[in-house]
Amino acid sequence: MYKILEAKFLAPQVKLLRLEAPAIARRRKAGQFVILRVHETGERIPLTIADSDKESGSITIIVQGVGKTTRLLNEKEAGDSILDVVGPLGMASEVEHFGTAVVIGGGLGTAIAYPTAKALKEAGNHVIVIIGGRSKEFVLLENEMKEFADEVYVTTDDGSYAEKGFVTDRLKGLIEGGRDINYVLAIGPIPMMNAVAGVTKPYGIKTVVSLNPVMVDGTGMCGGCRVLVNGESKFACVDGPEFDAHQVDFRLLSTRNTMYRAAEQSALAEFEQDHDDHECRLMKQADAQQSQPAQA
Amino acid sequence: MSNPLPAKERMKIPRQHMPEQEPEFRRANFEEVNLGLDATLAKQEALRCLQCTSQHCFIGCPVGVKVREFIDLIVEGDYLGAAAKIREDNVLPAVTGRVCPQEEQCEGRCVLTKKGEAVAVGYLERFVADYERTHGKVGLPPRAPATGRKVAIIGSGPAGLSAAGDLVQKGHEVVVMEALHEIGGVLIYGIPEFRLPKDIVRQEVDTMRQMGVEFRTNVVVGKTVTVDELLSEEGYDAVFVATGAGLPIFLNIPGENLCGVYSANEFLTRVNLMKANRDDHDQPVFDCRGKDVVVIGGGNTAMDAVRTSLRVGARNAAIVYRRSEQEMPARVEEVKHAREEGVDFKMLTAPLEFLDDGKGWLQGVRCQTMELGEPDASGRRRPVPIAGSEHVVPASMAIIAVGNGGNPLVQATTPDLKTTRKGYIEADPNSLRTSKKGVFAGGDIVTGGATVILAMGAGRQAAKSIHEYLETGAW
Ligand SMILES: Cc1cc2nc3c(=O)[nH]c(=O)nc-3n(C[C@H](O)[C@H](O)[C@H](O)COP(=O)(O)OP(=O)(O)OC[C@H]3O[C@@H](n4cnc5c(N)ncnc54)[C@H](O)[C@@H]3O)c2cc1C
Ligand code: FES
Repeated sequence: MYKILEAKFLAPQVKLLRLEAPAIARRRKAGQFVILRVHETGERIPLTIADSDKESGSITIIVQGVGKTTRLLNEKEAGDSILDVVGPLGMASEVEHFGTAVVIGGGLGTAIAYPTAKALKEAGNHVIVIIGGRSKEFVLLENEMKEFADEVYVTTDDGSYAEKGFVTDRLKGLIEGGRDINYVLAIGPIPMMNAVAGVTKPYGIKTVVSLNPVMVDGTGMCGGCRVLVNGESKFACVDGPEFDAHQVDFRLLSTRNTMYRAAEQSALAEFEQDHDDHECRLMKQADAQQSQPAQA
Repeated sequence: MSNPLPAKERMKIPRQHMPEQEPEFRRANFEEVNLGLDATLAKQEALRCLQCTSQHCFIGCPVGVKVREFIDLIVEGDYLGAAAKIREDNVLPAVTGRVCPQEEQCEGRCVLTKKGEAVAVGYLERFVADYERTHGKVGLPPRAPATGRKVAIIGSGPAGLSAAGDLVQKGHEVVVMEALHEIGGVLIYGIPEFRLPKDIVRQEVDTMRQMGVEFRTNVVVGKTVTVDELLSEEGYDAVFVATGAGLPIFLNIPGENLCGVYSANEFLTRVNLMKANRDDHDQPVFDCRGKDVVVIGGGNTAMDAVRTSLRVGARNAAIVYRRSEQEMPARVEEVKHAREEGVDFKMLTAPLEFLDDGKGWLQGVRCQTMELGEPDASGRRRPVPIAGSEHVVPASMAIIAVGNGGNPLVQATTPDLKTTRKGYIEADPNSLRTSKKGVFAGGDIVTGGATVILAMGAGRQAAKSIHEYLETGAW
């Protein structure tokens, strides 16, 4: 059992959970992830470790409620527990003195990129952060990034906040404006990472992406997480999750990620149904209680 | 000897049949296929043993189970005694009685095979082990006084479990670290319920827990903690690496990454460990109900995968194997059961390409027919393609079961641990010592994919050798 020490929403359906996991906290480096199973009949899902603290023996994960398990995690509060958490898995981010490093986060990806961005700064880079969100409420960690980054830009798809447009528009702007960029890290939805790779490729800028294929064990035992990189099959859980963006077959990744879509959608629908029923019952109970005459 | 019958009479008794679920029925459920002998059948079978002095059965057993003696105890009706006799050499009799390739070991050597069928040693082993489980308590072996020495065992498959059982009896403190959330290795995530009920494995693990073994799940050595840290900061005196051969080998042919193409490890883990086939469990697995499934390979893993696919609803399930049935490494019983359940065996057939339906999903496997040529390095006749024999086998799901390599996580983070060209850990065949002081290795991580009994044997051997090392301190 892994106890939840802190739980708070960062954006609608995006929740931060700090877990007690001293063994993981001790060794974890930026870019690594855990696999967890919420309860006995739950599935195993990978989640990036957004932060860790050796002293308190805790790790932080940030969960976007997109499926049944992540929605379930969204409902967890401090004091609750998670049955299984294993890690830190995968290779750590490559953190070096590159010169000027651009870190791009799309939606939840910003949270995942945050620790590496910070590490890049500590390694002496000039760090430029570009945060993208569908709309204002999905712009994550802007202030936290501003605390250390040399420059922070924000874009929203719908223009509800900061610049209207995509992160790639801002990236292109920087490159075309003559900025000498030595390294780009992009983490976010697959189309975004693919688009970033497309922007930097003609300029030969080293670009790294963090991939999120379906996983089971996270130890290289099943091969379910295989991705094609430079025409070669790699297991993202042990060889990654970060890979050279210019070599990744994004189309394959997004197709493979749809493998369980039907099952996921029905599980989510069922979850929501149960959830609604539950809420309805609670409401009814509350109503019933209210309509009862107050005891003298 | 307690057998009252003269040899001639014994030889007249036919080999007893294992009662089993009917194929039509069992192919749709996960209940165990073999139902086990009852006492009458077991006794009858035990009477067949000639109690010969040559004891080829004992020689044929990789861990030296005293077969003749335990069978004699069955004849006497002392089933618990028989179980205890087996336990002297084999800590998991309920498991090996079910999954050992007896036809290549004890039974394969039985003198009766010269004139007819071997004594069903496997059935008898299973009978007494099950009897012990359901009647009487498994007597906990006495534990030596605490030695104050600590041993870390990495991996909880048969190699790790048997080493743990022996070491804890010697009075050492034993901690088993397992990457997954459940203990048992391949016995839990690989071999399906219908061949090895998981309750049996759990019960064995519980027994060890009662003996004092500590189990830690969710620990990936090499990631959560390293071997060096175990030996230094964490204060372990010795480490036994028993991480198995858990790195799935793919075929490196086009289309291997299409949706619907699995490694056997992934498919079996989803179903066995994660219960993906059950509505009350969340892990998904490709829904093959009413669809065609192809499994590539001819070993136990392939048989398990293909029979599991039937049980989760496949319409047709076929084995594609590039050699002939004779060369198939699977246990004979598994092949027989698979055939009875309606598995289609496409022998001398090699896959060339997984075909895309245009949307990234599998729609078939392009194959080629083979014929057998000259023997190759393994002594088996090499399959050679027949020109113009290409054909497509339709399939919505394909499972690749052509073997596993050594998982490199421990080796990669333990630089002074020598490995073979194939990535397995180098260990002395007798002492199981590796190139690193205090570190021993055994089971599939040393031999490559082998058998439960060999892994168990390695675990015992390691325990003996580790105990010696802890006593003498000499490396
Ligand atoms: C589907 C299938 C069917 C089989 N059927 C039969 C059969 O019928 N008869 C037979 O005799 N044999 C059979 N085998 C082979 C047999 O199961 C193996 O030879 C045997 O299990 C090997 O035992 P082991 O202890 O070496 O490793 P494993 O059983 O593989 O156990 C290794 C364990 O170590 C864990 N591990 C790995 N790396 C780490 C790490 N870094 N840190 C912590 N833990 C780690 C793994 O998660 C695993 O639980 C079958 C194998 C498979 C896959
Ligand atoms: S998740 Fe199983 S090998 Fe990567």
